[in-house]
Amino acid sequence: MDTSERTKPDSRGFGGFARRTAGMVGQSARKLAEAMATPLLPEDFLGLIDPMRFGADLRGRVVDVRRETPSATSLVIRPGRGWRRPTPGQYIRVGFEVNGVRLWRAYSLTGPVDADTVSITVRAIPDGKVSNHVLNRVRPGQLVYLDQAAGDFVLPDPAPERLLFLTAGSGITPVMGILRNHSRATADIVVVHSAPTAEEMLFREELRHLGETGRIRFLERITGRDAGEVRLPAHRIGDVVPDWQERHTWACGPTGLLDEADAHWEANGIAERLHTERFRPRVTAVGDGGEIDFSASGTLVTADAGTTILDAGEQAGVLMPSGCRMGICFNCVAPLREGSVRDLRTGELTTAVPEDPVLVQTCVSAAAGPCQIVL
Amino acid sequence: MTTTLESPTGVDVDAPADTVVARPNRITGSRAAEQPATWASGKANPIAHLSPDDIEAIGKELDALRDEVIASRGESDAKYIRRVITVQRSIELVSRAILLFSKFPPAFFVGTAGLTVAKILENTEIGHNILHGQWDWMRDPKIHSTKWEWDFASPAEQWKKSHNVGHHTFTNVIGMDNDLGYNILRVDPDQEWKLGFLFQPVTNLLNALFFEYGIAAYDLDIKGWKEGTKSDKEFRADLRKVFKKIRTQMTKDYLVHPLLSGPSFLSTLLANAIANTVRNVWTHSVIFCGHFPEGVETFETDSIDDETRGEWYLRQMLGSANISGSRAMHIMTGNLSHQIEHHLFPDLPSNRYAQIAPRIRALMERHNLTYVTGPLPKQVASAWGKVFKYAVPNKQPGHSRVAEVGGAVRAAAVDAARGVGKVARNVGVRLRRSSRPNRFAQVTA
Repeated sequence: MDTSERTKPDSRGFGGFARRTAGMVGQSARKLAEAMATPLLPEDFLGLIDPMRFGADLRGRVVDVRRETPSATSLVIRPGRGWRRPTPGQYIRVGFEVNGVRLWRAYSLTGPVDADTVSITVRAIPDGKVSNHVLNRVRPGQLVYLDQAAGDFVLPDPAPERLLFLTAGSGITPVMGILRNHSRATADIVVVHSAPTAEEMLFREELRHLGETGRIRFLERITGRDAGEVRLPAHRIGDVVPDWQERHTWACGPTGLLDEADAHWEANGIAERLHTERFRPRVTAVGDGGEIDFSASGTLVTADAGTTILDAGEQAGVLMPSGCRMGICFNCVAPLREGSVRDLRTGELTTAVPEDPVLVQTCVSAAAGPCQIVL
Repeated sequence: MTTTLESPTGVDVDAPADTVVARPNRITGSRAAEQPATWASGKANPIAHLSPDDIEAIGKELDALRDEVIASRGESDAKYIRRVITVQRSIELVSRAILLFSKFPPAFFVGTAGLTVAKILENTEIGHNILHGQWDWMRDPKIHSTKWEWDFASPAEQWKKSHNVGHHTFTNVIGMDNDLGYNILRVDPDQEWKLGFLFQPVTNLLNALFFEYGIAAYDLDIKGWKEGTKSDKEFRADLRKVFKKIRTQMTKDYLVHPLLSGPSFLSTLLANAIANTVRNVWTHSVIFCGHFPEGVETFETDSIDDETRGEWYLRQMLGSANISGSRAMHIMTGNLSHQIEHHLFPDLPSNRYAQIAPRIRALMERHNLTYVTGPLPKQVASAWGKVFKYAVPNKQPGHSRVAEVGGAVRAAAVDAARGVGKVARNVGVRLRRSSRPNRFAQVTA
């Protein structure tokens, strides 16, 4: 046999023939199934039998619901087939059906990753639709929608010997994911964590236990609700962790903390030793009218509260789909990626974040603050 | 990025909607006008007895009703549509499985009946309503007006344009709402009579039997293309999409499933043909009952000048007719049996129409407006009655209808003779000029 033939193992010889045949059979079977199911997809019928099967949209079943603090809940979710093993510190997008409406949010993974389940921890905020749904309505057995894990707030392999985690509030969640998976007892780990009250501090018992058993050095800081000093200013990190400059630091928490940390590490010339995970800034200001960013066409328009997005776009020369122009026909629907719009018929406010874009009717919606429309 | 647990600045995405602002919608801004007793043509105005204040109050009352339903929309509605979809798919799956053995008469009858029901549900309570955006609020990409495709000859995208825009916006306005007879029927005395309408009982029967193809042709806006409002390029692109859709639909029903049935090939093919035809006749009847029975009003273009929201609502109510019947009947019509409620609020979930129907009826009766409704056979008969009645020209004193028809026949004969001559000449020119085949020329000829 000529050696040059061996360079294409997939297409030559009996093995290749079998593989190609199998591939063709598979493709033909798929085509046949599609022809049988059109205009639906074969999956739509298979979904009747097993919604979590391989190849379906990724879903997960809630297997355990634990109350962490009076306002925080941990969910243990068993993902369906097709789930890829995440790296500790990453986050996942979870879609809940809140009173019939599917809403997606991103949460850091807090559980061990070698099991076939994932854990997230959700703290309820006042009037929060999703967080209160998780607090009050989610029960074991329910199905949720999932995306594969993502994010680069992870330890390198091998991990540095000396680590510092600088966190505040729910910024502890990805760190908890890392700690619970980091089994090396020899590592030198310091955790500096702030929370408003002891009661509201997530994972307090577990963190203290890790501290007592010597796995980590745990420095907690209770700041009080209305205290002038809300948390440890980043530039005073040296007061509590004298060797901070020699450590690799992972920081997660409110924007203020991370901005300070960036500046302080930069000023000391060791910016490369700081790894931050930012809460997506939620500055979706609500107002009357605002700047509309038609992102696909790169057009910026300022519109008042009474001008529909459709009118504003058309005036600026954006190619807007349209129909009845009175909210009936749904031909003008376009994705709102970020910001708020107001329905001019009802005054109802719709707000979107990039992790959960919403389709809106541009002909009856006006900008309510800065917003981005993907057109 | 990580969590949504905190919201240090700005407004939280979860925050509930706050205060209601004024509604500067183009049809809510102006005030209703004094109503004339008759329109320009001398036709009586059905809302002449209402004052501008009455009309304004009706508009506000209906807006409030809409808000009320939207505020209470939630989990149980989502469960409803998902259940309907699951039931429909299960019926289809089981029926198709039974039809694999359609050679045996019991399997043939059960399978055909099941497939017919599944196909009707798919078009009515599921497809039509999803394409109206009734379930968009769930934010489920699988049940969304922008993503749904249905078991129907007309592609969803094209149907949405002609139906939701032309028909639902300009409901029953003569000359603007092409659903008023679909350009092939004359269903109102104010529509101009032409010779072709003489045969409309036959036209309509064929339309009923092949309804989905009729709608596909209608959604193509052939009329607009002929009149120049739709470009050749756009028309050709749409035409390709329709042919592709029809091809995949036909391959499924008349080739793939019959072939899978092996020895039952012919009987499965027949079962599919019956299911599609019964569905055509059923949907045609339901839709016919929506706007054509006696008592439904039509409007003129001058009546919608500066139309206010209240006036728009009134036109929707008066231009539609309901069908009375059982819950099962309502579901099989896709709740288009609540045509009046559907036309007032085309984007409210269909399962809510029955709930608001008594209140709409009370509102109309309170204002001396006729709520047209009746059982299916009566409404179908009434609509068909119009098809026969308006096949011939209007009765006018001192005017012979026989002479009018005769004149039209003569004129048509002369036209036809001229046309034949012209075509013959054109063909001659074309044959001389080029021998290259032009597929498009064949389509348009």
